Amino acid sequence: MPKYILNINKTQREVEVESDTPLLYILRDNLELNGPKFGCGIAQCGTCMVLIDGDAVVSCTLPVSSVGISEITTLEGLADKEGKLHAVQEAFVKEQAAQCGYCLNGMIMSAVSMLNKNPNPEVVDIKKALQLNLCRCGAHTRMIKAVETAKNL
Amino acid sequence: MIEPSLQSRRKFLQNVGYISVSFSLFGGCIGKADPAMASRVDYLGNLPGVMKQANKVNSWLEVLGDGRVRVLSGKVELGQGIRVAIQMVAAEELDMDLEKVEVHLAETGVTPNEGYTSGSASIKNSAMSVRYAAATARGELLRLASTKLNVPMESLTLFNGVIRSTANKKSVTFQELLKGAQIETEVTTPVRIKSKDDHRYVGKAIPREDIKKMVLGNQIYIQDLRFPGMVHARVLRPPSYRSELVSLDDSQLKNAVPGIIKKVVNGNFIAVIAEREYQAVKAERYLKMHSKWIIPEVFPEMEKLYDHIREIADEPENIRNDGDVKVTFEKRKTLKATYTKPYIKHGSMGPGCAIAMYDREVLHIWSNSQGIYPLREALAAMLKMDKGKIHIVSVPGAGCFGHSTADDAAADASLLALDYPGKHIRVQWSRTDEYSWEPYGSAIIADIEVSLTESGKIEAWKSDIWTDSHSTRPNSDPGTLLVARHLENPMDMQSRGYRGGGHRNGDPYYDIPNLQLNAHYYDGPLRVSSLRSLGAFANIFAIESFMDELADKAGKNPLDFRLEHLEDKRAIDVIQKVKDMTVSQMIAAGEGLGYAFSRYKNTDAYASIAVKVVVDRSKGLVSIIKMWAAIDVGEVINLDGIKNQTEGGMIQAASWTLKEQVKFDNVKITSTDWSTYPVIRFSDVPEVEVSVIDRPDQPALGGGEAAGPPTGAAIANAIYRACGRRIYNLPITPKKIFS
Repeated sequence: MPKYILNINKTQREVEVESDTPLLYILRDNLELNGPKFGCGIAQCGTCMVLIDGDAVVSCTLPVSSVGISEITTLEGLADKEGKLHAVQEAFVKEQAAQCGYCLNGMIMSAVSMLNKNPNPEVVDIKKALQLNLCRCGAHTRMIKAVETAKNL
Repeated sequence: MIEPSLQSRRKFLQNVGYISVSFSLFGGCIGKADPAMASRVDYLGNLPGVMKQANKVNSWLEVLGDGRVRVLSGKVELGQGIRVAIQMVAAEELDMDLEKVEVHLAETGVTPNEGYTSGSASIKNSAMSVRYAAATARGELLRLASTKLNVPMESLTLFNGVIRSTANKKSVTFQELLKGAQIETEVTTPVRIKSKDDHRYVGKAIPREDIKKMVLGNQIYIQDLRFPGMVHARVLRPPSYRSELVSLDDSQLKNAVPGIIKKVVNGNFIAVIAEREYQAVKAERYLKMHSKWIIPEVFPEMEKLYDHIREIADEPENIRNDGDVKVTFEKRKTLKATYTKPYIKHGSMGPGCAIAMYDREVLHIWSNSQGIYPLREALAAMLKMDKGKIHIVSVPGAGCFGHSTADDAAADASLLALDYPGKHIRVQWSRTDEYSWEPYGSAIIADIEVSLTESGKIEAWKSDIWTDSHSTRPNSDPGTLLVARHLENPMDMQSRGYRGGGHRNGDPYYDIPNLQLNAHYYDGPLRVSSLRSLGAFANIFAIESFMDELADKAGKNPLDFRLEHLEDKRAIDVIQKVKDMTVSQMIAAGEGLGYAFSRYKNTDAYASIAVKVVVDRSKGLVSIIKMWAAIDVGEVINLDGIKNQTEGGMIQAASWTLKEQVKFDNVKITSTDWSTYPVIRFSDVPEVEVSVIDRPDQPALGGGEAAGPPTGAAIANAIYRACGRRIYNLPITPKKIFS
């Protein structure tokens, strides 16, 4: 089986997996990171999102062989070294923006990705940024509010 | 956090080295010292739920060695926030900081058997049981302290696990009093409970500690649970209902996919166990390509579903009959309408998952089932095992909104664990299997016939509801588990489950002298079970849509028309409240404001909803601009919990109303993913505003299912006000507006 060295949360991690294995399975099953979730496996719901070089992408259909030396950030890697939460994480707690929270990883990743490019989004920009992410509990309005709060933190 | 019982904790923690993170929550952020003892009042009512049987304090709470209190509840956390609500109630009665109270949710042999977590009953039953157990514990602890410190009870104060005497300045902690024993006192009425005026937590908005974990990826869902040496399984489901396996060629499987440990075939149940999860995924794909099946035509034509339902339904059963509808209808011309709701999905974001391990004596199962004790019954029957040898631990899952696939996944994992003992086996369902096999919310037809008096009041009302079952949850019938039907010796479901949920809220809550409700049960083509609010969503969609039509016939304002038929002040208040919330709304061309009301189950929470839409009739497009809710759940436990549930209930119901329908062809379900079963997305999500009417003097009721039912009708009514188009058949798609 081929070996891959992945840059995950500022650490190099080596894995030995079949080349077609999607990144999500490596993160969860091999590296035991629980941030990215399995929701559909077909890039339709956003629960598995990670940041690749700062952009939110779905990891459930992304073969490990195509990741290369890109910087991968998972939910676990958002807080700083001292454990201070990222503004988006802090805002989601502040606004209690979850019910079951299963989709939260993707929501936070999409929001961080957008704020990286647009630090001062309007509601319409936030909705657009989160459009690929599904939430079944109906916590959307709290999430929108959380992203608005995050931009001021 | 996974919190196993003391008995299983040591073993469990050895096995769950990965789950180590938990951090303290909002330590003492609300209220500090409470040296002045809060006043107490006698609760004289009935004991709730299963407390009638599980009536000892130690069935519900334990004092731990470090003086903290562990509450035991048979309910499960589904994202509805029950954990914090129960924690608040216990901390309140025991005058403890919240962080000193932990909540252990459902585990067989440890927590009370509280059946299913369903029907918005967890506050009413479990949280209230905990309230009375904690209040009784407090009384007993004071009595013990009085003896130990040799002072009168009146001189004692109890706060945060310490009891102090003002007489001799001595103090004693809970753990010093109990010395490892537990309080076995029976809870009997009257129970001295804290006066509601003195509440520090209850009624306030308390943040959930699990959200802090969620943002870090530290909240452990069933899908995240991991054990050393755990292996991964996938099940190859039949291609459709009633398919039969003809042949399976797995001769090259191990060459094609590495890491294969075992293949299991039992009738039409085919599964594969692999070392790594993605190897199991690939193996399932391989087996699918190398299997042949007989695929029978089992479904009627989807376009004619409602005709089919009328053809197959039983003779109607009369559910309610006030006055004489028949005689009244003979005197006057009646108004009639028919409303329909298709099959809809739970659509959990997390497809079914379970872990099982057979240690050659006990079968251990980790599951997000909504009812671990009933699941144990079903598993015992399917596996022909002594239920004492089955141990189930509840683990949080993604929101599932009723009986979805958690139990089925647990059954899969159990079968495999018995076949491959000594290993933790994790079964994960695919999205396609979740969507092809989950039990849906029943399709419903509601026929309504009404007569109005000359002054425009409702004189007689007749509802006829066509419905399939609303619970085929696990019970002692193994056929309630999907996989039991696929085994070599198949066990089909023997009963038709709980059909009564179908006519839930089928009779209007309004004061109507002649009122008849009939249920026409059918045994339909698709697998069905409990979905949030059961029949209430369809029935309130029908009733409240028709109330608007009747108001127009009577020449009255729709809200005034409703108020004219209500005497219950709490119902009037939620309607009045939502009217006040929307009174300043300006309505532009193409916009409409619609309202609806219901009291869930006609006995529980009150909700009134307003919806503002804008409709582009030329394209059939509906946009919801804003939704408002006024809700009364009696005594509020966690204010933010009620708000969150109400906001989410409205948004989910908006999705049901505008988007959702399970589609099928003659042989199979064709809504198999999020593109063939679209749900609401951020672009469609309106603003929401919730007003909660707190009634501390009234019993605490659940609020999770109250807002959804009237939301559908409020949307339909808003669309009618906006463009003059009345939609009778859900979902309200652009085509129906346009055509």
